[in-house]
This record gives sequence, C-alpha cells and structure tokens, in this order.
Amino acid sequence: MESVALESIDLQKLSVRQLNQFLHHEIGTQSLSRVEILNPKGLHNIAVGLDAPIRVDVRGHGGYFLGGMNRQARIVVHGNVGWSVAENMMSGEVRVKGFASQCAGASAHGGLLFIEGSASSRCGISLKGGDIVVGGHVGHMSAFMAQAGHLVVCGDAGAGLGDSLYEAVIYVRGRIHSLGADAREEPMAEEDYATVGQLLNRTGLDYSPRDFKRVASAKTLYHWNVDADQQY
Amino acid sequence: MTKKIDLEESFLYDRHLLEYIHRASEHGLYDIRGLGAKRKVPNFDDLVFLTASASRYPLEGYREKCLTRTVLGTRRAKKPITLDIPITIAGMSFGSLSANVKEAIGRAASEVGTSTTTGDGGMTREERASSKTLVYQCLPSRYGFNPQDLKQADAIEMVIGQGAKPGGGGMLLGLKVSPRVARMRTLPEGIDQRSACRHPDWTGPDDLTIKINELREITDWQIPIYVKLGATRVRDDVKLAVKAGADVVVVDGMQGGTAATQQVFIEHAGIPTLPAVRQAVEALDEMDVLGEVQLVVSGGIRTGADVAKALAMGADAVSLGQAVLMALGCNSPSYFDGQESVDVSDEYAKLGTGPGYCHHCHTGLCPVGVTTQIPELEKRLQPDWGARRLKNYLQTLTMELTTLARACGKSNVHHLEREDLVALTVEAAAMAKLPLAGTDWIPGDGRR
Repeated sequence: MESVALESIDLQKLSVRQLNQFLHHEIGTQSLSRVEILNPKGLHNIAVGLDAPIRVDVRGHGGYFLGGMNRQARIVVHGNVGWSVAENMMSGEVRVKGFASQCAGASAHGGLLFIEGSASSRCGISLKGGDIVVGGHVGHMSAFMAQAGHLVVCGDAGAGLGDSLYEAVIYVRGRIHSLGADAREEPMAEEDYATVGQLLNRTGLDYSPRDFKRVASAKTLYHWNVDADQQY
Repeated sequence: MTKKIDLEESFLYDRHLLEYIHRASEHGLYDIRGLGAKRKVPNFDDLVFLTASASRYPLEGYREKCLTRTVLGTRRAKKPITLDIPITIAGMSFGSLSANVKEAIGRAASEVGTSTTTGDGGMTREERASSKTLVYQCLPSRYGFNPQDLKQADAIEMVIGQGAKPGGGGMLLGLKVSPRVARMRTLPEGIDQRSACRHPDWTGPDDLTIKINELREITDWQIPIYVKLGATRVRDDVKLAVKAGADVVVVDGMQGGTAATQQVFIEHAGIPTLPAVRQAVEALDEMDVLGEVQLVVSGGIRTGADVAKALAMGADAVSLGQAVLMALGCNSPSYFDGQESVDVSDEYAKLGTGPGYCHHCHTGLCPVGVTTQIPELEKRLQPDWGARRLKNYLQTLTMELTTLARACGKSNVHHLEREDLVALTVEAAAMAKLPLAGTDWIPGDGRR
C-alpha cells in the first residue's frame, strides 16, 4: 500500500477484525499519520489495542469498548459511544464528541478521555491513573473504587459518587446527588485549581477552575474497621 | 464420694462452634483466613476405578506408552496451547505469593511441560521469564493489567469467580502490600486492599461476549481465552461461558483455595468439585461442544488419583493451587536454608497454629516463606529448591495418573471415561451420577 496522509476505512466494506488488524500491523509499516473510519454504526471493539502515535477519526457512533487498551493513539469519535470507551487505556487520548454509555474510562491507567456530552453510570470506575473530563453530567457510582488519576465533571454527578475511592481525585462543577462510602468533599487547594485548569485547557472547555468542588477519599476504609461494617 | 461430671458435648454447639461464638462475642469480627474449605465434603476419594480384569485388557504399567499430551484452546484461537501433561498450575497472585515462589512455580511448570497462571496483581517479570507457557488472568480488580503483558501471554483467563469465594472479591491485608506489590496494583503501600467482586467494564453474559471479542481483537485472535467460574450454578454458568465464546472453561469447586477471604465464604459458599465437574461436562454435552471447548477442573486436586478421576469424569485438564504451595513447603515444620532443615514450629505457634494446621496466608507471616512479602521470610524459599520440589511432585502425579490409566487399559490418559469409575458413598454416587460400587444404582437418575 502506498504512503498517504489519510486512509479511509469503511466498515460497510471491511470487518472490525480487518480494521483492527490493519491498525495493529500495517500502520507501523506505512507513513500514515491519520486514519478515518466510516460507517461505524455502533459496532463494538472499534480501534482496540492500538499502539502507535496516530490519529483515528471515527465518523459516527461506536459500540462497546471503543479505543479499549489504547496506547499512544489519538482517537476522536464524531458521535456517541457504548459501554466502556477507552477501558484500560494506557496513554494517548480518546475524545467523544457526543455522549458515552456506562463505565467510560474504566480502569484506565493513563491518557486522557474527554467526553464532550454526558457519561452514564460508573464513569471512571476502577480508574488507575488516567484523566477523564466530562463536559456534561455523570451517572451514579462514578469513580467507584478509583485508585489514581482525575475525573473532572463539568455538570452534575449522580448518586454514590466516589464510593470506596482510593487515591483518585474527582472535581465537580455542578451538583453532587450524593457521595459514596468513604468519599468526602474537601477544600480546593492551589494544586487542584492547577490540575483542573490544565485538564480544561487540554479539552478546550472554558470553565473557571474556581467553580469546581474536590471530592477525595476520607481514607477511613484503608484499614479494616469493624465499625464500618455496612460501608465495605 | 466423687461427683460424676457430665461431659456430654452438644452436636450443634460443639467446642469448635462454642469457640467461634465466644470469639465473635469478644471481638465483633468474622474470621479471615487463607487456603480452602476444611469441612469434609464428597470428593474424589469417594470414587474408585474399575481397573482391568477379565472383561478389560490392561497395559503394562512401566513399559507401554500412555500419552499425556493435552491441547487447550482449539475452538477459536489460532495458537492453542499444547501441554505435555494435563496438570496445570492455577492462578495465584504475586502479592499473596512471593516473587521467589512465582519463579519456582514457573520453572517447575516449564520443566514438566505445563502452564502456569498469573493472578491478581498482574504479571511479574520473574514468572514470565521462568514460565514457558503462561496464562494471564483478567480479573475484576484489573490490578497491573496492561496490553504489553497481554501480548506476552500464551492464553487469557477471564476470571468470573473462584471456588473458595464465588461471588466475593479478594483481599490482601496491609502487611502484604509491600512497595513492589503496591506499585504493581497502583495502591498506597500497607493498606488493607480489597479486590472488586465484579468486573469494571462489563456485567452480564452478553457483555462478556463482547469483552471476549475485545480481548481477541487486541491479541489478533491468536491465543485462547479461558473463562474461570467458581462452582455454584455450574450448568447455567458453563453454558453462558460457552455462549460468550470461551475456548476453555475452568470450573473451580468449593475446595479451591484463596490467599485470604472470610471463613464464612470458604466453608459455606459454592458446591464441591465432584458435582461441579459432572454438571460442567453435562452442560458442554448439552451445548454439543464436548471436545471443542475444553474443561479444566480445579478445587482440591491433590493426587494422581484425583487427576485421573477428574479426567475420567470428562475434564480435559486439572489445575492445582493449594497442593502446589504444599509441595513448596506450606504447612511443613521446617524450611531448607540451602544446607539443612531449619525448624520453625515456634513461628507457627506465634501465629497461634502449628505445622499441618496453618491457614494464616493472609497475615503474610508464612514461617516457610511461601505466602509472604517480607524479605527475610521470602528468602526461606529459594527458587532452585522450590522448583525441584514442585517438579518432583508434578512428576509423581503424572506417574500415578498414567499408572491408573494403563490399569484401565488406556494408552492415553484422555481415554479414561466415566464407565471406569464407581462411587463408594451414596452422596458421591448422586453428585457424580455414577453407580454405587457393586450396584447399578445411581441415586437420582430415576431408575430402580
């Protein structure tokens, strides 16, 4: 295949398996820097396991696990996504121009996930160092058992936010329906303003970091505590 | 006149139970411990082989070949796993076990031509380097799970549950969360760590189908995908795993071990391995995938006889966890310091137990250096010594397995069949759906 600046792959003509094979094996052998995926039509497992500094534009809606385990690549979805977008992402960036279903950014170790719209429940569950910015709201149990990294919510947060948090930090601009076990609101420090400002900058969102609240772990469940029976 | 002392013990409130109530009343805490169920449940000891006689023709025990080669993952993977023996090593985490132990296990497994498995906490460089065939677990916690290690794996095991604690998450108490363990798990050092009981990115079996496909896409459909289940509703769960696309189903009975969980889980959740293997085989048969989807059975497999019986009941392979640790010295009164045995009975006593009774893996204070992260204790189990012991043990199991298979007239251990077995107890007969020895009676099959 000859070197071109933009390769278009039509999922009406090729299967997801062929697409991923191409992205895994042929991309490194060409001087491609940009791939466009047409007609994704909610298909699952689009552009998973990428490991190259390329840009991928998905022109439409994606299904489950879009961008799963991403390393290095910058993926832009011009539509909505199903469950677990960018799950276990290691690095790179996934940007969703629409809305995301459940478990967005689950267990992400690194990289940036930016959802311009809202994300459903369990956004940032088990987060392990990645950063997630949501332009709208997040559903219940978001950042459940999140271990490291940041979740920035520009809208409201649903019930049980940050349940059983470890070291991840959540910033919410809007209303928090309720906090989960061991999560607590804390004062914003200069470091928090800087973190939020930097993440907003990267996403192009024009909010003031001063409008955000910080939620972090109270760390009362870090060690076994018999009096916290129903909180475990 | 001496007054007669009445010492009639209650069956319902025996001394063990009284001790439990008194302890609970004093501390308000449930017991957490390691290893597996200690209660007696019907097991493979309740079955015997009908070896050859006038109606069957045996093979010479020492000279004639009896094949043990085992292939797993033939359904959809481009590169199924080929093992020299049908005895594999179960997933056990770095964190619960030391790096030395993981290395010893990998070396022994490689020497006898079988696979070993990672565990909660990810893949260590020691076990990858020492293991010829390494199965990489995808657990609910996703500690240390990453695409680089995924691409180095020879198979993936999606862990839904574990026989010792089906429906429950894992625990690693603070003493074992060393700097390296903490780093691998992205957690603060020294905290009492809880592993999730549910996966973070999928919930039901339909989601699992897509998740399995995601892992296949990431690994280019090269390597097999196992699904591991704690034995509860085995028939339904095996069918769902098959429908979700598993190449191999691993069923772990209630005798399976753990590094740490609540005792109430260990003793009161899940079903024994004996009925679990029977139900799993029936489920595969009903799905018409016997031979296409392989079955691995674990949970209390200890001897070559256990292996042979599991295979005869329809398993393609077995998986060992606790027995591996015991081969490495777990519950031994001493450890070997390179020159001589060093008695550690006093250290067991400090834990409030003794060799032969210990289940204190959760404390990290293992006197023989198996389940610890403390450097001084870890040194007590050197990989050379451990690998040699474990290799000997696996070799013994294999010899016992082939001995029984030859005596049943089989030139391949995978030719062992249900017809070779009978049960010694009514319970085992009912659970395994095998005839009670000396009768044609299978309790519960409707025939008289």
